[in-house]
Amino acid sequence: MHSRPQIVAVFLSLLTVIVIFEMVRKKRLKEEYSLLWLILGIVVFVLSLWKKLLFTISGLFGVSDPNTTLFFFGIFFMLLFIFHFSVRISDLSERTKSLTQKLALLENDLQKTKEQTG
Amino acid sequence: MESAPKILVIIPAYNEAPSIARVIDEIRASIPEADVVVINDASGDSTALVAKTKGVDVVSHVCNLGIGGAVQTGFRYAWEKEYDMAIQVDADGQHNPEDIPKLLMPIVNQEADVVIGSRYLEDRKYKTSFARRAGILLFSQFISATIHQRITDTTSGFRAINKRVIEFFSKEYPVDFPDAEALLLLGLLDFKIKEIPTTMRKRASGTSSTSILKEIYYPFKVSLSILATLLREKPLLRKEE
Repeated sequence: MHSRPQIVAVFLSLLTVIVIFEMVRKKRLKEEYSLLWLILGIVVFVLSLWKKLLFTISGLFGVSDPNTTLFFFGIFFMLLFIFHFSVRISDLSERTKSLTQKLALLENDLQKTKEQTG
Repeated sequence: MESAPKILVIIPAYNEAPSIARVIDEIRASIPEADVVVINDASGDSTALVAKTKGVDVVSHVCNLGIGGAVQTGFRYAWEKEYDMAIQVDADGQHNPEDIPKLLMPIVNQEADVVIGSRYLEDRKYKTSFARRAGILLFSQFISATIHQRITDTTSGFRAINKRVIEFFSKEYPVDFPDAEALLLLGLLDFKIKEIPTTMRKRASGTSSTSILKEIYYPFKVSLSILATLLREKPLLRKEE
């Protein structure tokens, strides 16, 4: 017995995995950023096919509706993504700062060298 | 005989064209032997041009980094060009360049690694809002107690530093509202800090970089970075290159 939401979930998660993998293959998405997405796709895929596991997890969490478990995982992954990006942005802004400073100093040096050599 | 120390005056500037010429003139009059560098933090006005016509060196960012990033560019400049001491002066005319020799004296005499021009060391009728005064008092008391050195003005950007501190700051310097955190870092690393009373003047032009939103953000940001700085292990404070 397959319910309609289940079929949609299987289809969408499979599509996610395929699209992400294709993006990596075409080098439009870096491997390190694709990893979380692939895990998300695979988790949803497994949970939507393997109903028993979904129910077991729901039981463990003490929730009666397995949909809640799916929502929980969805939101959990979203927060994980956002957090991951915050960390990356912090790192990138540090790099931007350092590069901007170096560029400004090098440009200043270059200008002086040009003036000296005429 | 020792050769005279190389002194650099760093002026971080963001859209300060109306006031910067006067500031440069006053600095020259106060300390003619020093070199002056203006760090133009991607100004939209003619700050860089005005400074260049005054004959000082100008280093321009391609994008705006904020005051911390701009000041640090100055420290990197000082470190690369092997200056013995550096002094940081605001471009808006709030700091009185006549105080520069006073600030440099303890560095020259090797009594301190850092000298801060403080508005509060003596009561010189500097007018600020009560909330801001209370905040500064709280932060300065806390930092003074933590590093066992008396600091009365943790927000002053009027500062002279020696070569050791130039090296340290060229590698590690906080980004926004850097002053309190920078002092804490220096104190924790056992640099000697000395305060000198100075009088701040009314800014010659432009608006202060603090807005209402920043007034709210400031205490949170500073508290969090103080806490984080305290909880970091000492070796982590010095970033590996």
